[in-house]
Amino acid sequence: MRQDPLLSIHNLRTRFHTYEGVLTAVDGIGLEVYLGETLGVVGESGCGKSVTALSILRLLASPPAEIQGEILFDGKNLLNMSLDEIRQIRGNSISMIFQEPMTSLNPVMTIGEQISEAIKLHQGVTHQEAWSKAVEMLRIVQIPSPEIRAREYPHKLSGGMRQRAMIAMALSCHPRLLLADEPTTALDVTIQAQIVELMERLKEEIRTSIVLITHNLGLIAEMAKRVVVMYMGKVVEEALVEDLFLEPLHPYTHGLLESIPWMGRKMKSGRKQLQEIPGMVPSLLEIPEGCRFHPRCSRVMDICKKEEPPLIQKDSRRVLCWLWA
Amino acid sequence: MHETIQTQVIRNPHRQADSQLRRRWAKLRRNKAALFGSILILIYLITALLAPTLFPGNPSAPNLMKSLERPSMEHPLGTDELGRSILGRIIYGSRVSLLIAIGVVCVGLLVGVPLGLISGYYGGKVDFGIQRVTDTLLAFPGFLLALALVAVLGVGLKNTIISVGISMVPIYIRLVRGCTLSVKEQTYVEAARAMGTRDVTILIRHILPNVMAPITIQTSLGMGMGILFAAGLGFLGVGVQPPTPEWGTMLSSGRAYLFNAPHVATFPGIAIFFAVLGFNLSGDGLRDILDPRFKL
Repeated sequence: MRQDPLLSIHNLRTRFHTYEGVLTAVDGIGLEVYLGETLGVVGESGCGKSVTALSILRLLASPPAEIQGEILFDGKNLLNMSLDEIRQIRGNSISMIFQEPMTSLNPVMTIGEQISEAIKLHQGVTHQEAWSKAVEMLRIVQIPSPEIRAREYPHKLSGGMRQRAMIAMALSCHPRLLLADEPTTALDVTIQAQIVELMERLKEEIRTSIVLITHNLGLIAEMAKRVVVMYMGKVVEEALVEDLFLEPLHPYTHGLLESIPWMGRKMKSGRKQLQEIPGMVPSLLEIPEGCRFHPRCSRVMDICKKEEPPLIQKDSRRVLCWLWA
Repeated sequence: MHETIQTQVIRNPHRQADSQLRRRWAKLRRNKAALFGSILILIYLITALLAPTLFPGNPSAPNLMKSLERPSMEHPLGTDELGRSILGRIIYGSRVSLLIAIGVVCVGLLVGVPLGLISGYYGGKVDFGIQRVTDTLLAFPGFLLALALVAVLGVGLKNTIISVGISMVPIYIRLVRGCTLSVKEQTYVEAARAMGTRDVTILIRHILPNVMAPITIQTSLGMGMGILFAAGLGFLGVGVQPPTPEWGTMLSSGRAYLFNAPHVATFPGIAIFFAVLGFNLSGDGLRDILDPRFKL
C-alpha cells in the first residue's frame, strides 16, 4: 500500500504566447512523486522537462506563459496560491538546482551571503545564525575549509564546487522536494559521479524527494526509482527504472535506449553501429496529427497517423502508444 | 560581466582578493588620459574643500575702485566689473560647480536607477509606460529640456540642480533598463527567485550590484555634463544667480567686456573647460577599466 503522493500533477498544460503562435510546451501531463523517492524525467531537448519544473514553482513569468491544470503539493494546489504563499514554498518546501553552476551563483555576492540569504528568508534567524548554518551546509556538501570558502566569491570556485554550493543553498532549508534540472550536465564525468553520490547521500540525510530532470539515461539508471519519459510536452511512458531499461514499451523509449553508446557491446538489433531515432523533433508550432511521434516511429501504424493514442495502463506502468491498446 | 570572471579564473585561479583592485589601479596608471582626468578632478576637489584657505577674503564683496583690472600680483587673474578677484570667484565657484555636479547626478541616479530597474525587471505594461515617457524626454536635446524646466521651476541653485538632474534621468533609465534586461536572464536571478527571494531583494541585492559598472561610468560623464549644462544655464542668466560665484554666470557677465578686459570671460571659461575635460576623461578611463570588452 503506497502513501499519498507528496507532489501530484494532473493535466498540467503550459503554454507560451509568442508572435508566431501559441506554443504548448507541456501538454496535459500527469505525474506523482512520493516521499523519499527519486523520480527521473527524461527526454530530448525541448520536450518540456524544464518547463514542467519551472511550472511547479511558477517561475515562468505569468504573461506570456499560461499554466493550467493542477499541481498538488501536500494536498494544496500550487497554481491557486497567492504570490506570497508560493514564495513561502519556494526554497523552503520545494527548491531547485540548475544546469549551469557557472551562472547560477551571483558573481558579486560571497557564497556564504547567498546561502545565508535563503536561510534568513525562510527561517527568520539572525544574521550570525544564518551564516553559521550556511557554513555548516557547505561542510555537509563537502566543500573543504567551508569557513574560508563562505567568504569567497563564486569566481574562485570550480564548476563542481559551485554546483555543491548551489546544492547547499537549495537544501539549506531542508526542502521536502528538490527539483534538479540537469544538475550534472555541465560538469565533467568524475565530478558528475561526486555530485550524484552527494545527492544520494543528502537525500537520505535530509529525507528529500527528488525530481531529476536529465537527458542522461545513465544518471537515471543510477539515481531514479521511477522514470517518466517525455516527448513534445507529453508523458509517453512511465515505469520503474528496471522495467524501463529491460523492456521499453514505447518505441521512443526504445529508440532512446538504442542510441546510448555501449563500449564493446552489440546492439539488441545485432548491429554494431549506434542506432539513432530518425528525423528531428518537430516544432511545437507544427505538432503532427495523431501520435506526435509517428513521423519518426519505426513501428508506425495507420491509426497512429490519425488519432492520438490514449494513455494505457499496463501492470504498474503507463504508456502512450497504440501498440499496447 | 560573467565571462570576464571566467577568464580571470582560467588565467589565475589563485588570485588574491585585493589584486583586482591593484590591477585596476595599474590599468588606470597606464591610461594616461584617465589619470590626467582624475588628477584634474582631484585638483578641483581640493580647491573646493580648501577654498577659504586659498582665498581668505569674500569673493562676492565688490570693490568698484578696482574694477576690470588686468592680472597682477594682488589679483593673479585680474578683477571683474565689480572689482572682485576672478581667482577668488573661480575658487569659490568650484564649490558651486562641484555641488551642482554631485546634485545633478544624485537626482539622475535617485530617479533614473529605480525606474530603470523596475522597467527592465518587470517588463510588460510598466516597462511600456516608463519607456514612452523616456522616449518623450529623450526626444528633446538635454540642454533644451533643462532650459524648459528652469522656465517652469524658476532660477537659482536648487532649481538648476533639479532641472539639469531631470534632464539626465532618461539617460539613466535607458542605461539601467538595458543592463537589467540582460542581468535578469542570468541563472542566478532565477535561482534567487527559486529560493523564494522577494522581487525588491532581487532588484537591490542581485541586479543592482551587477549593473553598477555602467552606472559608475555614466555618473562620471554625467558630472561633466552637469557642470556644462549648469554653466550654460548660468550663461543665459537663468542658472545660479549673482552674487553667488558660478562659472557660467561669470562667463556671461564677462562677455560685455570681451574686447577691453578679455580675462574676465576667459578664466572662468578655462575653469569650465578643464572641469568638464577632467570628468569626461576619467569617465572614458573608467569605461576602459570596468568594461570587460576592453580588457587586454
